This record gives sequence, C-alpha cells and structure tokens, in this order.
Amino acid sequence: MSGTVVDKSPAAEWDLIIRPKTGWLDLHLADLWRYRDLTAIFVWRDFVAQYKQTILGPLWHILQPLFTTLIFTVIFGKMAKLPTDGVPPLLFYLAGVTCWSYFADCVNRTSVTFISNAAIFGKVYFPRLSVPVSVVISSMIKFAIQFALFLAFVIFYWMQGAGVHPTAAIALTPLLLVLMAGLSLGAGIIVSALTTRYRDLQQLVVFGVQLMMYATPVVYPLSMIGGGSFRWLILANPMTPIVETFRYAYLGSGTFVGIYLCYSAGFTLAVLFIGVVLFNHVERTFMDTV
Amino acid sequence: MSTVIEVDDVWKKYRLGIIGTGTLRHDFERWWHRVRGKPDPHSKLDERSEIRNRKSEVVTNVGHRISGVSASLGDDEMWALRGVSFEVKQGEILGIIGRNGAGKSTLLKILCRVTAPTKGEVRIKGRIASLLEVGTGFHPELTGRENIFLNGAILGMTKAEIRTKLDEIVAFAEIDTYVDTPVKRYSSGMYVRLAFAVAAHLEPEILIVDEVLAVGDVQFQKKCLGKMGDVAHEGRTVLLVSHNMNAIESLCQRIAHVEQGQVLAITNDLRGAIAAYVSGPTTTDATEWRNPGDALLNPWFRPLRFYLGDEHGKLAKMPIRNDDPIHVWIEGEIDQQDVALTVGYALYNEAGILLYWSAQTDVAENLWPRLARGRNALRSRIPPRVLNQGKYRLELIVALYCRQWISSPGANAPIIELSIQGGLSDSPYWMEKRPGLLAPVCSWTLEGN
Repeated sequence: MSGTVVDKSPAAEWDLIIRPKTGWLDLHLADLWRYRDLTAIFVWRDFVAQYKQTILGPLWHILQPLFTTLIFTVIFGKMAKLPTDGVPPLLFYLAGVTCWSYFADCVNRTSVTFISNAAIFGKVYFPRLSVPVSVVISSMIKFAIQFALFLAFVIFYWMQGAGVHPTAAIALTPLLLVLMAGLSLGAGIIVSALTTRYRDLQQLVVFGVQLMMYATPVVYPLSMIGGGSFRWLILANPMTPIVETFRYAYLGSGTFVGIYLCYSAGFTLAVLFIGVVLFNHVERTFMDTV
Repeated sequence: MSTVIEVDDVWKKYRLGIIGTGTLRHDFERWWHRVRGKPDPHSKLDERSEIRNRKSEVVTNVGHRISGVSASLGDDEMWALRGVSFEVKQGEILGIIGRNGAGKSTLLKILCRVTAPTKGEVRIKGRIASLLEVGTGFHPELTGRENIFLNGAILGMTKAEIRTKLDEIVAFAEIDTYVDTPVKRYSSGMYVRLAFAVAAHLEPEILIVDEVLAVGDVQFQKKCLGKMGDVAHEGRTVLLVSHNMNAIESLCQRIAHVEQGQVLAITNDLRGAIAAYVSGPTTTDATEWRNPGDALLNPWFRPLRFYLGDEHGKLAKMPIRNDDPIHVWIEGEIDQQDVALTVGYALYNEAGILLYWSAQTDVAENLWPRLARGRNALRSRIPPRVLNQGKYRLELIVALYCRQWISSPGANAPIIELSIQGGLSDSPYWMEKRPGLLAPVCSWTLEGN
C-alpha cells in the first residue's frame, strides 16, 4: 500500500481536519455564520413551499388565530366566565394566542429536525443547526402576520375607547420575540437531540406543548391565580412573564415585573446553551443511529 | 502536485441493529432494574447470541487481517473501516471500487463530514462538494431556478456565487424552457442533469461523485464524464465511486480497491486493479463441471468435463471481460461412434431466458469435427461482444439427432456459469450494460453521399 502517511505537515496547512471526537464545547458556531446564506434560503424555502399549493396561502395565518380566539372567547370567556383583567375578551385571548402559537409552532417544528431531515443529513454536510434556526426565523413571518392582525384589533378597540391602554413597554416587543425564539429553539433542539434515541418523546412533545399552554396565562390572567398554591408553577414557567409583559405592553393589563422577565431571559440562555451543546454532540454521529 | 486529502489510519465502528430502537420506557426499566440490582429485562439473549454469531461470521470472513482489534469490539459492533490510509493529489481523479458493504460509502461519508470516524484523522485542503445522491435537498414544489439556489446553498455556495453561475448551470443541465417549472414535473433525466449541473459548477477543490452516472441518458453521461475531466484539468480533484468499470477505466488515473473495510491496493495499474476486483475471492460461479464418474453413462458420448477456458484449455476466472476470448470446452469419451451425435450447449441469461443453442453440427456436414473413439475435446468460442453484461448459465447438450437425448437442457444437463463484466465496447459513449438481452457491437459504414 502506497498510502503510508508521514505526519510532516503542520496543521495550519490544512483547511479541515476531521477527527473522531471533539469536546462538548466545540460548537463550531462560525460554520453556522459561514452558511448564513443557506439559513436564509431555508427560511425562504419554508415560506414559499408552504403556500405554493394552498388556495388561501398566507390567509391561513389570519384565520387560524381568529378561530382559536373566537373559540376561547366562547368557552373560557362566555361559558367558564374567566376574568380578562377588564380588557375586551377578544383582545385578551388574541394577545395570548399570538404569542403562544409562535412558541408552540417553533417547538413542534424544531423538535423533528433530525428525524425529518435524516435523508439530507445523511448525504451532505452543512451546519445542522441552520435547519432549526431557519425554522424559528421562518415562523417569525407567520408571527408578523398574526401580530399585524392583533395590532389592527388593538387600534380598532383603542379608537372605540374600550379599555385598552398601550404602555411604553411596547419597546420591549423585540426582546419578547427574541426570548420566545431562543426559548423555543433551545427546547426544540433539546427534544430533537433526544428523539434520535427516544422516538416516543416525539408524541410527548406535541401533547406537552398543548398542556403547557394551560400552565401559561393564555386563557386566564396571572392576576386571577392570586396566592394560590400552584402560583409558583405558573411563575416557574418562563413563558409566563413573556405573555404577561406582552399583554401589559399593548393592552395595559397584566403583570409586568422586571425580575420575572430577567428570570425568563436567564432561563432562555440556559436552555439555548444546553440545546446547542446536546445538538452538536448528537449531530456528529446521528447518521450511524438511524 | 501537492496532497489535498490525507486519510490517516481511519477506523469506523458501527453497531449492528440495536441502536435507535431504544425507547424511553425500556431505558427507564433498565435503569430501574439496575438500581435494584436485577438483570436487564431487555437484554434479549437469543437475539444477542445471534448477533454474536453473525459477527463471528464477519470475523472469519475477514480472516487474519482483523487481528487484535476485534478485542475492542462490543457484542453488537463491527468495523466498517479498519485502518484506512491513503493520499490524494491535487488534480487527480481517483476511482474507488469495491463490493457492496466494502466500506466505500462509509469512507465517503467521513470525507463529507456526514459522520465522524471512530479513530484516525482526515486532513483536507480546499472545499469539498459531494454528489452522493441525485437532487439531495431538492424541494419538489420549488421551480428549477429556486432549487438551484437551494441545492447550491446546501452544497456550500453563497447566494452571490450561485447568481453568477445560474445561466451556466441552466445551460449545462439543458433545462432552459423548464427553469420556472416545479421540479416535481421534471423527468428523472432532467432531475439528474440539474443536480449534476449544480454540483459541477460549485467549483469545489474536491468533488466527490458516488454512482451518479447510473442515471441520465448516454449523451448526458458523456457530458458529465467530460465535465469531470475538465474539473481535474483545472487542477481540482475528483473522487469517483462506481460499480461501472468502464467509466472508472476511462476516467481515473488511479484506483483504490476497498474490501472489507481496508484499502487492498491503491495503484495506477487500472486494468490490474479492476481485474483483481472483478475476480475477487467471493466469486462462487461454477465455471467447471466434472463427471463424478457415474453420471450420464452411455456408449456414444459420455461427458467427462464441461468448462469455460481460454483457447489452450486453461480454466477461466469469472467474471470475464466481454472482449476476452472465452471458449466452451466439452470433453467426453466415445465407445460407439454414431453419425447422429450432437454435442453443444444451451445458453440462458440470468432471468432463465434461453438465448441460443449451439452444437458442433451447426455447420455444413463436411466441416463437422471428426470425433473418434476414445477421449475427445471439443472447443467453441463464445462470440465476443454479443452478450450483454451479466450472468449466464450454460447447459450441456448431448443427443443423438432426432433419436435420443443424453444430456438435455432443463432436465439432466450439467450446468456451468458465465459472468461478463466490462469490455463491452471501445466506444466512449458506451459505458455500461445496454438495455436488451444482447449487446452486439455491429459495424457501421457510411454509404454514398
């Protein structure tokens, strides 16, 4: 065999060295940046491909929260008579639904990263993280449409003078969006990394995200919980301060406590970090296990 | 020429079967039993011993070469690559050949960073693009143009790079009029052309091509081969994995022969390497039949030996090239001469279709071989470049014309096997197996004006 390699060349001469194991913290995030065009194209593909064959196209984004809100208004507002902090019920639920559906969408879609991309991951290398990142970004387009719908309602009610008091906290909107994106991305990729080993976790996620909505003040205000014994549970939920702050910003109701929001931010960073580490660890040998 | 790829003692371990079937409940139960000091409820004893048997089979197949390393294998593990080392120089076209499961794909996957090696190191200079499967990442709903951007980006191009190459790619793929049609409406040929065009225009320093030439029409295959040649002329490097020996032979400068996870040889003796590969140790074709002593007893022609060999009677090694001279040899003993004696063979293809019969009495009577009493050896050349690539079955014919069968095809005839691979034609347009039962090379002339 003529292939005996004498290790004479300095490492700097090579563009790429493929080694068996890299450390847990070797996240090669620079690659992700180098492939930013790919992420952008994934975002665009998601959006274009999703609507090429539907008749109503992006209109679905408007119908979905509208119907959900109407159902919530009937069930939780009219029948269960849950309070809405003095805000028109329609606005109250729409605010919650807008935030929650972005979060839920991102978690559900990023949690299948490995499973639904197995074919392409098995053929060609690119930073795997660009897939879930693109999902979180392309979901923002949907969020933007729903957010515009929400704004339209806010302005409509505000002109009618119906108990709507937007506050300066509106300036926090980008932060809230980034927090939701980071939190759902982190949670989603943790699940996606674990589902390579535990397929049944996939079922749990869809179900779990649905249940978690009820541990988040979406259909009820935080103020309703008062000093109840499971208030801590609702407060431990990092989505709680986000939804509550969102409502406070645009409707003037809800609880806005800075420290709660800081907790959410810290939680998000932790989840994101764990997620990226796990994800990177799995992506190197994932192809051997499917 | 500088070295652009250095594969340095690369090992890759795979686990058989078990992984990925783990469910949360099983793992939890395992853990719970371990906590309580009880045996694992999910270690399936039968299954495990079965796997162990399978592995020992692997080990015996591999024979002595595995030495020592097997000790580090777990019960359900096997080595897909075992200490692979080689170098590839800039501008070289390296062909990688080997049987299915030899480790070619694993090697490519490691080079493409799809999976990580278990041991060893690979050093690469320049950008690698892989064309592992046609249309990787194509989205059926998107148009040709949109998919060029998508596919290009997946292969590592930036949007600006793709934009400058767009027209060239479209022209190369010959899809001008369909560029704004969703690719789900494309024919498979257009699909392949587009996929290859994108990868070929990526301008990677290293292009990895795996079996892509199996699809697309002949004209386009030719174009792809030309493009790969160009790529190499421009100082870039191509790694080509193929079972198509004609393509390998016409394109590559060196061949790496991978078998059972190791590089058996890396050489620029292309014909030698291909011959070593096609006549490898796993060929089990019976190219020879010998009379065990009591078979087909009769006074007119008792067959003793029926085999394929060269013109001097040296036993042929399968598979053979289609332009190699290959002869059917029939040896038999005559006690009692008979003018009606007919000796020959029937040729069937792999699907069991009878292609032809041939016998020594096929020509004018005065040209028949004169068989004498005692031992006779008949030889007949199988027509060169008539059969297609593939496996064939030869059955011995011995009969007394219109009176009696002695060895009857489909009934009691001895059987030998013939396998043809490569050497189908000298034409650059004819790279692999032709459609159809036969693949004759006929002569063509230009007539009049």
